[in-house]
Parts: sequence; C-alpha cells; structure tokens
Amino acid sequence: MSDVNYISAFCRISSGKVNVNHSIMFTGEQDEAPPAFIKSVYKHYQLNYPKFYKMDSLCQLGFIASELLLKDNKLTEKYNKEEIAIVISNGSSSLEIDTEHQQTISDKANYFPSPAVFVYTLPNILIGEIAIRNLIKGENTFFIFDKFDAQFTAQYINSLLNSGRAESCIAGWVDFYEGNYDAFLYTVEKTQGVIRAEHTAEQLLNIYK
Amino acid sequence: MKLESYIIADNIISPLGFSTEENFAQLKQMRTGVQRLEKSALSPEPVCAAVIDARRLDDEFKKLDTSTPYTRLEQLFILSISDTLKQNPAIDIRSPKTLLILSSTKGNIDLLDPENKGKFDKKRLFLWETGNMITQHFGNPNKALVVSNACISGVLAIILGKRLLEENTYDTIIVSGGDIMTHFVVSGFQSFKAVSSEVCKPYDAARDGISLGEACGTVVLTNDKTKVKGTAIAVKGGSSSNDANHISGPSRTGDGLLLAIERTLKEANMDASQVAYISGHGTATLYNDEMEAQAITTARLQDVPMNSLKSYFGHTLGAAGIIESIIGIQSMRSNTLIGTYNYNQPGVTKPVNIIKKTTESTVDNCLKTAAGFGGCNAAVLFSKEA
Repeated sequence: MSDVNYISAFCRISSGKVNVNHSIMFTGEQDEAPPAFIKSVYKHYQLNYPKFYKMDSLCQLGFIASELLLKDNKLTEKYNKEEIAIVISNGSSSLEIDTEHQQTISDKANYFPSPAVFVYTLPNILIGEIAIRNLIKGENTFFIFDKFDAQFTAQYINSLLNSGRAESCIAGWVDFYEGNYDAFLYTVEKTQGVIRAEHTAEQLLNIYK
Repeated sequence: MKLESYIIADNIISPLGFSTEENFAQLKQMRTGVQRLEKSALSPEPVCAAVIDARRLDDEFKKLDTSTPYTRLEQLFILSISDTLKQNPAIDIRSPKTLLILSSTKGNIDLLDPENKGKFDKKRLFLWETGNMITQHFGNPNKALVVSNACISGVLAIILGKRLLEENTYDTIIVSGGDIMTHFVVSGFQSFKAVSSEVCKPYDAARDGISLGEACGTVVLTNDKTKVKGTAIAVKGGSSSNDANHISGPSRTGDGLLLAIERTLKEANMDASQVAYISGHGTATLYNDEMEAQAITTARLQDVPMNSLKSYFGHTLGAAGIIESIIGIQSMRSNTLIGTYNYNQPGVTKPVNIIKKTTESTVDNCLKTAAGFGGCNAAVLFSKEA
C-alpha cells in the first residue's frame, strides 16, 4: 500500500467563524463572547446532543468541530471503529476549567469542589467525548505544544497509518483559554476526500493559517 | 527490519527513594510509601497519600548546584533525568538525535493555588513550558514532546518512544513522567468520593477507593543495542484504545483494555500463554479493578501472576505508567515478583492471579496495563533478550 495519506476534510472554528472544507458556513455576532458563540454554533446546526450542556468550553468547542467535520465524511461508516485513531493537541491543556476548579477550593469557608467540573480537568476528556459520540475505539493521544506542530502531527499520524496501527485518524488542535479559542480538526485517510491535499506539514499549514 | 527499542537507564523518585534500586528494595520488603496525614496542605480533612519528603528533595536538588529557580515538579524531572545520565555515559542528552518525552497530567498546577501566587511566571502553568525548562536545563536542542492523556500518559509516552525510535529520527529517547500531590488533585478525587480513608487495597474484597501519590520516573530508550549495559530489555509492543463508553467510569466489559492488550501481544508476536507477569493498573476503585479482571480474563491471562503497585506509591497519575513499568523491568532483571501490599481477599468477580507475597521467579517479560479518565486504555510489553 502507498505511504501517501490525505487530509480528506477539515473544520476550523476560530475568530467567530466556522470554516468547513474552505467554505465559511457560519459567522457569529460581532464581539460575541466565546462561550456564547460556541452555543450559537451548536444551535445553528441543531446538533441535539444533551451531553453537550455538561461539557466544559474546551470539549464543547472540540465536540462541535468534530460533528461538523464528520457530518459529510462519516469515518465510522467507512472504517472499523477500532481502526480509527484520535490524535489531538493544544497549548493550554485544560487550564480554563482548571482555574474554575481551583476557585471552588481556594476559600476554606466556601469550599465546593464538584466532580462535574473536576472530570474535565484533563485535556484528553475531549478525545473521550468524541469517541463516545462516534463509538470510536482506536489509538488515542493528547499532546501539548506551544503552537500547532504541523511537522510532528503529520509525521506521527502518517506513521500510525503506514505501520497499520490505524486506518484513518481524526486529528488537529483544539484550544480554549482566557477568551482565546481555536479548533482545527481534520480527517486523515489513505484515499482522497473533498480537500485533495496530501497529509504533509506544508499542506497542513496551507489550510491552518 | 523494524528497529527495536532497548532500555539503557532508569530512575524512580518516590517517597520510597530517589533511585530505582532504593525503591525496589523497599517494595521487596513490602513497605509502603502511603501514609495517613492528619494535617496537611492537601486537604481540610486527614488524607492517605504518598508524599515525597520536602527536605530530602531540597537536599538532593542542592547537590546539582544550579542557580535557576525551579518548581517542585521541575526539580523532580531534573533529578530523575540527571540520575539516568550518570548510569550510562552512552546517553548524549545534548545530541540532536536525543528527544525528551514528558508525561504529566497536571504539570505545575500547584502554581494556580493562591498560596503560590507570584512565585513563578504564569507561563510556567503551560506544560510545553515545563518541557522547555527541562530541555534548556540539560542543553537538549529539541522541543520536548509532551503527552497529557490522564492516567495512561506514562505508558503512552513509552509507546511513543518506541514508535519514534522505529522511525530512526532519533536514536535516544528520554521518557520522563511526573505529577505532584496538590490540594487541586486531592480535592477533585475527594469530590468523586474516590479516595480511601486507608492505604488502598487493589483487587481486594474490601477495596474502597484510591490512594493518591506523587512521583517521577525516567526510562531512557535507544535503538542501538550496543549501548545496553547488563540484561537487554526491549519494548516489544504497545497500544492504546478508547472504551467509547463513559468519560469517568470504566467499561463494564473491559473491552477497551482488552483491545489494547490484544494489539500489544500481536505486535510483540506473543501468545497470552507466554506472558510471564502483568503489572496491572489496580487503582483499588470498585469499578476499575473489576473492569481489569474482565479484560485480563477475556484475554486468557487470568493465571498469569499480576500485581498492582498503587498501594506502595499511591496513584501517581502521569508518573504511574513509567514508575510501574520500571518496577516491572527491575522484576525481570532480578527475577523477583513484588507482592501486592494490602491484598488479602479476592474481590473481583473473575479469578485473577494476584501476587500476595514477594517471590523469586523467572520473569522473562512483563505486560504493563493502564486505564484512565476519558475512557482511555493502554498496554505495553517488555521482554528480556539473550
């Protein structure tokens, strides 16, 4: 089998815009706060997934990106669910919700740590949420980089596919911290999709600008 | 020909000691590092936890003679890696062919605590900055690869090391995992009602929750067998998986962990009947230990001697997969299986073969398993080579 892999589809949510496969699909209100923008995207697409409201902002953002990414490219219909990998990275880990958990314990007189908050204080919970939604069981790893590392991401996922450890992959970058947010999720497959881009660092940086 | 990965140095820092040997000697005697702390900064209530002695950490770190201020976790990483460098002069940490992989769930999360406000730059909260601090300390030219994947982080980091060595971009990979005890983590697990009021009891009928702990561990891997000193131990296979079931509760059937185990054995080209020893995850929660027993039995590994080290070290989160792997490796080197502290009565519905007392036995290989929040599972297999 060829060692060439393809970026078959992508979804980017940043700066108040939803971009799916190079088309701006939705634009938020001007100066909308990030959590409100994320909820308006959810409502716009009528995603109807009650667990969404339990999620922290990082998971809400990544979850929506994964839904829009997979809407027209249903990996789970093409591949065995054990052969789909999920590899996501970000810069801020779960610091947004970490700060929230810290606030519940800093004051001994007002002490109320909550399991519903604490469970989200791990970045890979996002991978779990996407896996649960789509029943994906393959390889999963969450990395922390100072910025999206196209070089490493391309190299590592290509080696996962080329060594037979996965047949396809949901990959990318999902970050949410102190009012800054950015989601870029894409699918990697052995066959071309609507995007027609080889899965290389250069092509990734052409898309993720 | 696929390039193999060999272990050429290792270190554990825990309440039981500052080297692999020191820790292993304590475990052989079945001495635990978990203690009941009546009063501590970790919790408003008494708590059982494994905490590294602050004075010893301070003394050991002073010996390094560095003037840069480092956080508690960074000190642990630096000490742990420094010890491995002393063991094997073939490790060139300044080489562009050497990569550092860090495994941590919470990094410098203690810096969020108002008591630590202003002690360090806010940037130090980011795990990638922890990576920068460590690579800069040692003069390593590459950006550290940071894995933060809940309680499988350590096992995953070793698997990643093996995979990157196959590609030959690097010839040496230093895999270091660490997490510290904080009020942040203790309060969170307490809110889940997941913390035992005593030293935890893995796989036992009376188990009632976890003990938390702090530790740091380092394994150095290479794809150059000539750098091995003594017994050659290779990483033969490894895999991760997801239950796709629940973000905080393990699968009831153990199917996710089973998948990771089966793929690991396949990659290692081994049958279940050839596995000599299993270093389990064994957190001592009702559901985790039951899930593991289901997976182990379905994989036909129920007769293989198995232990959990959580009742010695506590659950050390991002360090767990690494320090527990190192104990497994040391068990292979010394042909000694460590008994599971606090295990008395079988307490899982499938009969698994839990090691009660430390025994001498030929140990040719070790299967290490892990599972964590987010439904993640991982397994890795180490094997002795002639």
